[in-house]
Amino acid sequence: MRSPPDQQGTVTVSNKVKNMKKKVGLIINPIAGMGGRVGLKGSDGREILERAMELGAEPEAPKRAVCALRNIVHLKERIELITYPHEMGEDESSECGFVPTVTGSIKSGYTTSEDTKKAAKRMAQAKVDLLLFAGGDGTARDICSVIGCRIPVLGIPAGVKIHSAVFATNPRNAGELAAMYLGDESLRTQFREAEVMDIDEVAFRSDRLSAQLYGYLKIPYKKGVVQCAKAGSRAGEEASVRAIACDVINNMEKDWIYIIGPGTTTRSIMVGLGLRNALLGVDAVCNREILGLDLNESQLLNIIEGRRVKIIVGVIGGQGYIFGRGNQQISPRLIKKIGKKNIIILATMDKIVSLREKSLLVDTGDVEVDRMLAGYVQVVSGLRKRIMLKIK
Amino acid sequence: MKKENKFDYSYIPNAAPEIRSEMLKKIGVSDVEALYQEIPEELRLKEKLKLPKPFPSEYELRRHVKSILSKNQTCEDYLNFLGGGCWQHHVPAVCDEIISRSEFLTAYGGTPYSTYGRMQAQFEFQSLMGELVGMDVVSEGSYSWGTVAGNALRMASRITDRQEVLLPKSVGPDRLAVIRNFCKSVLAENSISIRLIEYDPETGLMDLEDLRKKISSNTAAVYFENPNFFGCIESQGANISEIAHAQGAESVVGVDPISLGVLAAPSDYGADIVVGNAQPLGVHMNYGGGLFGFIASRDEERYVAQYPSWLISIAETTKEGEYGFGFTRFERTSYIGREKGKDFLGTGAGLWTIAAAVYMSLMGPKGFQKIGETIIQRSHYAIDSLSRLDGVRVLFPSNAFKEFVVNFDGTGISVRAINKGLLERKIFGGIDLSEDFSELGSSALYCITEVHSKEDIDKLAKSLKEVIEK
Amino acid sequence: MKNLPKVREYRSPVWSEPIIMEMGRKGERGICVPEADQEIKSKVGEARSHIPEKMRRKQAPGLPEIAQPQVLRHYLHLSQMCLGMDTNIDAEGTATMKYSPKVNEALARLSEMTEIHPSQDEDTVQGILEIIYRLDLFLREISGMDQFTFQPPGGAMATYTNAIILRAFHAQQGEGAQRDEIITTIFSHPCNAATAATAGFKVITLMPDENGYPDFEALKAATSKRTAGLMITNPEDTGIYNPRIKEFTDLIHKAGGLCFYDQANANGILGITRAREAGFDACHFNLHKTFSSPHGSFGPGCAAYGVREELARYLPKPAVIYDGQQYHLDYDRPDSVGKVREFLGNIPAVLRSYSWIMSLGPEGLLEVARTSVINNNYLTKMLEEIRGTVRYYAPGKYRLEQTRWSWEKLTEETGVSTMDIQRRMVDYGLQSFFMSHHPWIVPEPFTPEFCESYSIGDMKYWCAVLRTISDEAYSDPELVKSSPHRAPIHLVKYEDLDEPDKWAVTWRAYVKKKGKSALERP
Repeated sequence: MRSPPDQQGTVTVSNKVKNMKKKVGLIINPIAGMGGRVGLKGSDGREILERAMELGAEPEAPKRAVCALRNIVHLKERIELITYPHEMGEDESSECGFVPTVTGSIKSGYTTSEDTKKAAKRMAQAKVDLLLFAGGDGTARDICSVIGCRIPVLGIPAGVKIHSAVFATNPRNAGELAAMYLGDESLRTQFREAEVMDIDEVAFRSDRLSAQLYGYLKIPYKKGVVQCAKAGSRAGEEASVRAIACDVINNMEKDWIYIIGPGTTTRSIMVGLGLRNALLGVDAVCNREILGLDLNESQLLNIIEGRRVKIIVGVIGGQGYIFGRGNQQISPRLIKKIGKKNIIILATMDKIVSLREKSLLVDTGDVEVDRMLAGYVQVVSGLRKRIMLKIK
Repeated sequence: MKKENKFDYSYIPNAAPEIRSEMLKKIGVSDVEALYQEIPEELRLKEKLKLPKPFPSEYELRRHVKSILSKNQTCEDYLNFLGGGCWQHHVPAVCDEIISRSEFLTAYGGTPYSTYGRMQAQFEFQSLMGELVGMDVVSEGSYSWGTVAGNALRMASRITDRQEVLLPKSVGPDRLAVIRNFCKSVLAENSISIRLIEYDPETGLMDLEDLRKKISSNTAAVYFENPNFFGCIESQGANISEIAHAQGAESVVGVDPISLGVLAAPSDYGADIVVGNAQPLGVHMNYGGGLFGFIASRDEERYVAQYPSWLISIAETTKEGEYGFGFTRFERTSYIGREKGKDFLGTGAGLWTIAAAVYMSLMGPKGFQKIGETIIQRSHYAIDSLSRLDGVRVLFPSNAFKEFVVNFDGTGISVRAINKGLLERKIFGGIDLSEDFSELGSSALYCITEVHSKEDIDKLAKSLKEVIEK
Repeated sequence: MKNLPKVREYRSPVWSEPIIMEMGRKGERGICVPEADQEIKSKVGEARSHIPEKMRRKQAPGLPEIAQPQVLRHYLHLSQMCLGMDTNIDAEGTATMKYSPKVNEALARLSEMTEIHPSQDEDTVQGILEIIYRLDLFLREISGMDQFTFQPPGGAMATYTNAIILRAFHAQQGEGAQRDEIITTIFSHPCNAATAATAGFKVITLMPDENGYPDFEALKAATSKRTAGLMITNPEDTGIYNPRIKEFTDLIHKAGGLCFYDQANANGILGITRAREAGFDACHFNLHKTFSSPHGSFGPGCAAYGVREELARYLPKPAVIYDGQQYHLDYDRPDSVGKVREFLGNIPAVLRSYSWIMSLGPEGLLEVARTSVINNNYLTKMLEEIRGTVRYYAPGKYRLEQTRWSWEKLTEETGVSTMDIQRRMVDYGLQSFFMSHHPWIVPEPFTPEFCESYSIGDMKYWCAVLRTISDEAYSDPELVKSSPHRAPIHLVKYEDLDEPDKWAVTWRAYVKKKGKSALERP
């Protein structure tokens, strides 16, 4: 039956929630992003950092972290915030009004990626419900090397290199998303695996861009709940990926070899076939059986000799690369041998919509092969569903 | 272009020339043509459309349209015994009153905040219908019985991962035609094949022997209607469901909800998915426009994940104790099944759904019981009266609910001729089955509802007698 | 932006109306039904005796027992908590929310419309057959097609009908298995893709080019001898008319496919341009949108599907034909795809559309189109001045009857999203705007469609409200994010709706999940 109208200001909090405090870990990389402001690329490495400070660089990450934390502090009675000393989280969270649990030790003013990794290890041991970090791709890589997909992680963007997909769009959003997950609206969040991209620092500074898919982190995201009857329905990410795998498997032909590139979408093919797989490696299957896992270029060239072959790749990273960002094993030589029309590209509609340019990119390392690949392709986006995209 | 319009347009506020030129000025063009410049010249119509001169005055318009409509003879002018998937029942005045409310009549989708009232009314339809059919999940009203039956069979195919469905030969021909379209596919291997099951010529009910013969591990579903197209109450429902389940197939039942005050709920005899035509619940015939279907099932993810339509669910809001509504979307399908394409969504049957909710609320359990009893008693009275006519035979007399098959072979007269004779006496005789069911000879499907008084039935019998003896 | 009206102090009625299942008391009754009279009862006996024992209802359905005045009051309360086009400014994009003239409602309620059975002898329904036939002729003229059917009960069913006709056509050409692909665009209505998929086709979707137009180069790459056809909306939901449309249809024809025109967005081009000249083989109109039949709280609708001569033989049956003296139902169509719905369709919508066209005539239809387009572009001028809006695509080009906008600037600067604004509008008595079909290519979208029924005053009020909400977003974002505040209910916890143990589509399911042991009835 209906309850009477609420009195002013009464808030009902269920007892369940009161008794269970959620734990959030906070790691700030104080030197992330310092290069950017003064025109340097990245700030890994002692010498780069010193040069940046000489040029007047100021720490970015702490400010960004504070901005994010301000959107969570209203939950401070209900969560336990665990963080690292001084400028790696303690200062910033205290500034916002938290009373954090501080763990570990650092040499203030001289923090390195080792500190980040140690901090992450401690957070994992403390079994935090969410690990928030402020930093860039380098910080993400450090955390990924320790945590993998064990614990949900969310990045507050604060570095100049943001190629990984594990960051919120801005510090405020990061705070809001974290608050959603930690507070009463946890059901409005879901998780997915997102790419951690790492860039070769040395090459980058000499203007050569060479990114690698480093790994994956499990990040929360807001369920896109559109309650509008007219808009129609959309398949969830999970369902789309399964549908794509189903389409590919249905079309697999006897005695053909399928080279399967790294990524979460391609992995679902292996799952659909009931096979083991290497998330970051290149696998080969034939007649629904494994020919080899995590193969390198020469192994691949051997396997395909005299056979009919197709390559199956997904879209890596937010920019839309299908070659050159973590599947270098599928070399230009391999691609030339196999041929453009035997390449199958997979991407969910959500992925395509998230691409800035709404087109695909290639960077095999061989300009001729890149040119050969350019043009329109049918991307598999579901069961008997294709999207025409341009490869630039 | 400051042209004076020939007429004023009372539905178009901004058509007046003065208003028009003010607006064009603000947009920054001198002529509306500039706004159409993207359309290539060769695609532009050079002449006005060749349509008749309009009636801008409301009086003349109404008079014109009414004059055409008056060429119709209605089921109030004539005595109507036609059924077959569209039936004449009394529509309570309150039903018409509610669906004529502007707010319901002219709303569209909106959001759960802006069209809250219609969402609650439609949730109530789902709830009320759930009580009638004995299921915990009911869809919004949609399209028609044939289309939802097609949807349900596709659902069953997806759930079981099988490509064949069994239907009784007695299924309504119009519905069968619609179902056939839903089962076909461009790719032969994705098509759902339909096999028809014989019916017992004595009882009109499904021939279980034939069902057992034809069912296999390829069967996704067995579909049957209750009452069936001939008006027979399918008493073997439990057996049919059992046979289906033994083979791992779904039992899909199509019902006439007006019967569910006196007839068992399909969930009581093993139905997994229920569909039907809810037009009898407070919606006028509208020349067939009143039809609308629904799908129902148990509240299990394996079914719920397969519904082609959205379901309105009750939900909490940020204010405790308040009822909100939203659409369940099933995005997170933890149910792992082969990913066959789901069907499509579109504008459903919102207004009729609301009318039916009002109807079910007015009737209550007692109303449904009474109307069921009245219909059965009058139907059997009619069966009895017509059976006494020379040369006339009612084919499946014992099992009838609301409709029954009348055979005229003994009279030597075709149904066509009989109906023409009845027409002269201002009676619409039953649907001619001679073409679709030639095995039944010269037969017609007669429908008796609560709108037929004893006098009406007596008149039918008397008129038939006259026509036959002529 | 000057001269915008004040926003109203709107407050929705909040009836806190119980669910009907909770209402009433045992013994109440809403309506009495006729009972068989004594003579019949004595002749045939109890009704139960005619029902096989297994099929008798053992337990009465758990419907509430409520008296008539209380049922009426309940549903009237619900109607008061619902915004319809009649009562507010309802410019939901792609829905063409136009005024449904009341004179047509009065006509649709005449017994000559409501009390006729679709299987009646043709002689007795010459009136309605004449109206159906005449509307067919009108739509042929408006579109250039050669024959229409009104059987599809909605736009999605019309596109489905098209898909199955394509299927039949190619099968008859002997190319049924070969031609299994249909091409569409991302901005065409999603039902184009969905119904093609239901019919068994593989669907290839084209993305727009940088300016928001369908990408012709992509079309070239997608077309092959496997192409069964093209299904496309034009102008698309962005409001942009594709000037190369004839090149599109020519290309498909050259490849052996057919072209279908989803004319859900026809309101701005009535009398201006037609399907035929643009090269289409088939098209459809939504009578419950463009042609004024009311939306009915999401149905029933009616879609008129029309084709060229070559495809007419596949149309669902029966067709309404005229022999010079009488109207007939023609079932003699051996190549027909059969039926997509029982009987002839949602005929009251046909009646209203006929009447609507007869009130306007050819010049009136032109005024409908022109006014819609002028309204939309006039609105654009006002919307551009609201802080935070971005008009997407084709800069410098005019839109037709609707425009795809984005709040991305406002969202970036304030954190308030289009969904928040959509809810806040209700607090000012406005229907929530339409955002976009899925997927959202344009971020934070909204799509207003001010068809010809709206006045300048209406548009100014709409903009006044949006400007107010924009200001609120910049000054007090929480207010907008936690809205609505003056609607019948507060923010719904949507996350519940995807959880099997939380969703409840019927009251009985709700009661079970809430753990109530029995429904509390006084």
